[in-house]
Amino acid sequence: MIDAPEKTTTDVKIVEPTIFDLSSPGRTGVTMPASDVPETALPPEALLRSELPLPELAEVDVVRHYMHLSSFNYSVDSGYYPLGSCTMKYNPKINEDTCRLPGFLFTHPLQPVETVQGNLALMYQLQEWLKEISGFAGITLQPAAGAHGEFTGVLIMRAYHKSRGDDKRTKMLIPDAAHGTNPASVGMMGMSVVTIPSDERGNVDLKALEAACDDTVVGMMLTNPNTLGLFDEHIEKVIELVHGCGGLMYGDGANLNALLGIVRPGDVGFDVMHFNLHKTFAVPHGGGGPGSGPVGVAAHLVDFLPEPLVGIIEEGEDELPPLYGFVKPEKSIGRMKAFHGHFGGGHVRAFTYIAMHGPDGLKDISQYAVLNANYLQVRLRDTYKVPYDRICMHEFVAEGRFEGSDVRALDISKRLMDYNFHPPTNYFPLIVHEALMIEPTETENKDTLDAFVDVMIKIAEEAKTQPDLLHNAPSTTKFGRMDEVKAARELVLCCWLPEGYDLEA
Amino acid sequence: MTYIPISPKERDAMLETIGVKSLDDLFDVIPAKHRFPKLDLPAALTEMEALDELSGLANANENVRTDLVSFLGAGMYNHYIPSAVDHMLRRGEFYTAYTPYQPEISQGTLQAIFEYQSLMSVLTGMDVSNASHYDGATAAAEAVNLAFAQFRGKRKKVVVSPTLHPQYRAVVRTYMQGIGVEVTGDDPNADLESSPNDLINLVDDNTCLVIVQYPDFFGRVYDYTKLIDEVHAKGALVCVVANPTALAMFKTPGSMGADIVVGDGQPLGIPMWYGGPSVGFFTTRKNMVHKMAGRLVGETVDNKGQRAYVLTLTAREQHIKRERATSNICTNQGLIALGTAVYLSLLGKKGLQQVANLCYQKAHYAAQELSKIDGMGLCFTEPFFHEFALCVNRPVDEVNAHLLEHGIIGGYDLGQDYPSLKDHMLIAVTEMNTKEEIDTLVEVLSEVSHD
Amino acid sequence: MNAPANLKYTKSDEWFDPETGKAGLSDYAQGQLSDIVFVEILVDEGDEIEAGKAIASVESVKASAEIYSPAGGKVVAVNKDLADKPESINTDPYGEAWMIQLEGGSAGDVMDAAAYEKYCEERDH
Repeated sequence: MIDAPEKTTTDVKIVEPTIFDLSSPGRTGVTMPASDVPETALPPEALLRSELPLPELAEVDVVRHYMHLSSFNYSVDSGYYPLGSCTMKYNPKINEDTCRLPGFLFTHPLQPVETVQGNLALMYQLQEWLKEISGFAGITLQPAAGAHGEFTGVLIMRAYHKSRGDDKRTKMLIPDAAHGTNPASVGMMGMSVVTIPSDERGNVDLKALEAACDDTVVGMMLTNPNTLGLFDEHIEKVIELVHGCGGLMYGDGANLNALLGIVRPGDVGFDVMHFNLHKTFAVPHGGGGPGSGPVGVAAHLVDFLPEPLVGIIEEGEDELPPLYGFVKPEKSIGRMKAFHGHFGGGHVRAFTYIAMHGPDGLKDISQYAVLNANYLQVRLRDTYKVPYDRICMHEFVAEGRFEGSDVRALDISKRLMDYNFHPPTNYFPLIVHEALMIEPTETENKDTLDAFVDVMIKIAEEAKTQPDLLHNAPSTTKFGRMDEVKAARELVLCCWLPEGYDLEA
Repeated sequence: MTYIPISPKERDAMLETIGVKSLDDLFDVIPAKHRFPKLDLPAALTEMEALDELSGLANANENVRTDLVSFLGAGMYNHYIPSAVDHMLRRGEFYTAYTPYQPEISQGTLQAIFEYQSLMSVLTGMDVSNASHYDGATAAAEAVNLAFAQFRGKRKKVVVSPTLHPQYRAVVRTYMQGIGVEVTGDDPNADLESSPNDLINLVDDNTCLVIVQYPDFFGRVYDYTKLIDEVHAKGALVCVVANPTALAMFKTPGSMGADIVVGDGQPLGIPMWYGGPSVGFFTTRKNMVHKMAGRLVGETVDNKGQRAYVLTLTAREQHIKRERATSNICTNQGLIALGTAVYLSLLGKKGLQQVANLCYQKAHYAAQELSKIDGMGLCFTEPFFHEFALCVNRPVDEVNAHLLEHGIIGGYDLGQDYPSLKDHMLIAVTEMNTKEEIDTLVEVLSEVSHD
Repeated sequence: MNAPANLKYTKSDEWFDPETGKAGLSDYAQGQLSDIVFVEILVDEGDEIEAGKAIASVESVKASAEIYSPAGGKVVAVNKDLADKPESINTDPYGEAWMIQLEGGSAGDVMDAAAYEKYCEERDH
């Protein structure tokens, strides 16, 4: 029996009923064909379920419901989405078509490899391209998301040290500006985190790093450009220090959109890095996933990659293409998920995107992403304090607060919604007060950027003259600010089953 | 420059505003010797050429809708997907949105996930569902993380049934390398005919979790109530890895007393897509919700008095709790979870029961006919759902090669994972398989047996 | 903010009552965390602990914090009711929301109420 929450009788306004509210017993959405085989008796009743309280609706009811819901969402297709660290670039429509080609949609992951050479060729090629783009020697496409890739990378780092009999390494160095997933990945390994501060120019503090480097260090996890949008000015020295104490250098590829054709992390000395295909290579974010987080490693770590990888199992000859299949790295950390990664949603779309850009197009992406960010930074820096003010990469961080005003970054963000812009990322990185982290991406035109600047300046003015406009924002959107305390205290996590809903049928 | 909407003139004006001469000048901070590498990649394709190239790759596959007939399951299933599902997934409002961190302008995604959570709770018979994990295998691994955290790290052993999907077992082992949880029970040489109740012999006061599969990897349906009671008596928790289609027919793991129910949602309206993305559903009891990893949507009201939804209990998650979080998971499978919600809404109670019944009927017809073939037979006698192990008495790869010549993908070779099941294949039958296809399978396998 | 004079305080915002041996989270800290929705006590009755050991984990709507023991000694009681009423940390941090009780313990690095108030004021600027 479902322990459904008790229905309360407060007069809450319902904008769109839930799919359960809309149910009317007896309606059907899809009719399945009748069975064409002789009937077999069902198993003993003790094994069967007595009720299945799923909603009952017609197709039109379902479509209208989800269309209503879709209209409550802000999206890249509908407007400007400068959400720092998330790379909300435009998602090309052709990718939606290529990933749905029947040859991709309707292939089973355990089919004989001879029957899926197209899939395997695509994965092999994507592995090769990602190697070339990043300067790494090996790639796994298996991880499902960036955080999953991080976990993979940290497992590889641990396995590498262990294989050398070096068991005393338990500390991971992580800058104070890092994404929360970095320390959380380390937490999943039972390792400890040593936080490294940033210096006044937003670089890793070299003195603190040097002091932390010893023979108990697994390595360092560094996002570069970091979450301030700044490329570390001493990156080679940082890597030298970490390598010097026997540690490995992990690159968080969250900000790779700044580096395509600009610099290859593998060339600079990174040992491991995850990609976010859903950021850099335009795989859509899908309202929170699925992502895709391949991991690249330098030559000395290739043997530790998760199994299986796509490889050539028979070389091609003359006109004959090679036969692709799966291979297991010698000292593999094991399997990270079932099957082969987010093939359809991630690999096919990213492959299409890279194929349509080529080497020059990829460099354009990063150059224009950086151009747009610097343009915004220059135009906003007189109105919003930029605490680390130098040429940025693909994003920058400003302070969302003003002298003598109680307006906060959150208020500015909510007010932006009234002007039909998605807010920047708030309150991250933690080292900037009232952070507004702004990442325009390369797919916005100058008119949009100018309009955004105008609105930001106007909001700064409103903060002085009419602060309540900001405190109460948004006022023009369908929904207003939420009671988050009620949500957490009352903890209603599933729908009310409507009254009279037949649970026992 | 296909997707970059900036003209050369605009670019120059922007460079001037910034105060640099060229785009390249923005990158002086990059170490000079590594700056602007020449990438050895093929030249850019136009959209027309790209579609051609990708179509070529897709057509180089033989798919199980138009080219081949498939009896392959083993964790991913060929089900019918109603047309309306993909029409909803193609809405840019859904697929080009980010994680709903700004609830005022993300109610579409939030309510859809809330409904997904509700549908999963109903299917599994559990109190709460999170917003999903990557897939069934990682959800199973996260179940161990939850149990480990629930006992505050004091119980360091997990008992895994040998009849849990081999890839899921592998993923659990990978995940546990770091925190040093001992994995036991997952021995492929174990007696596969023994009752799952025997797993209790491996449970001790250091055990945090027992994982079983429902139906198990061989398709068998067991009532785990007794096992769960006994495990609870020893203070440990039980996770049931369930097939969601089977849950339309068979009693819920929730009603058996399970503490955690996870599984892969792919059978619920998601294409096989050569293995992913799918969605890992994760449901549990209300008292464990704070230790459950992953996003969670809760109901609330906005300042206009409207019912609305937010991501709640976010302080459990990695972006706030950092290294003290149960898991590093950040995303959920948002769009795929939406797909399963649309699928379940469209099929509803009756439709999903029909699908489950068709799977059951056709699989049983196939099993009956196949077991009549000389020298072949069913491996187990327990009730099953839509998958069963068939002894073919000769190497499975030979049998499958023969089937493939007739346009049929045969069953999964169980000998790869279980030495005692050499010459056995795992056959899956769904509503997509017609009687005619099943009869052809029987016919071709009869030929094999007479060779 | 409220800091009763009979209690001792740590730099990480725990309070300790030398008379009863009880310990918990200060009023200042609950205000910083705001609405607390979850608390888990991390030690059991009978545990021998040292000052500085993590004794509880607290989550509010927007933040999380570890609570460290302001003193060492034997845990003779833990507040089992607190898990069901995490909001009492907001409403009654020194009373209903005590977390653990220690016996035979010695306070770690603590300060008196006046010093603690000054310390909190400094952090607000």
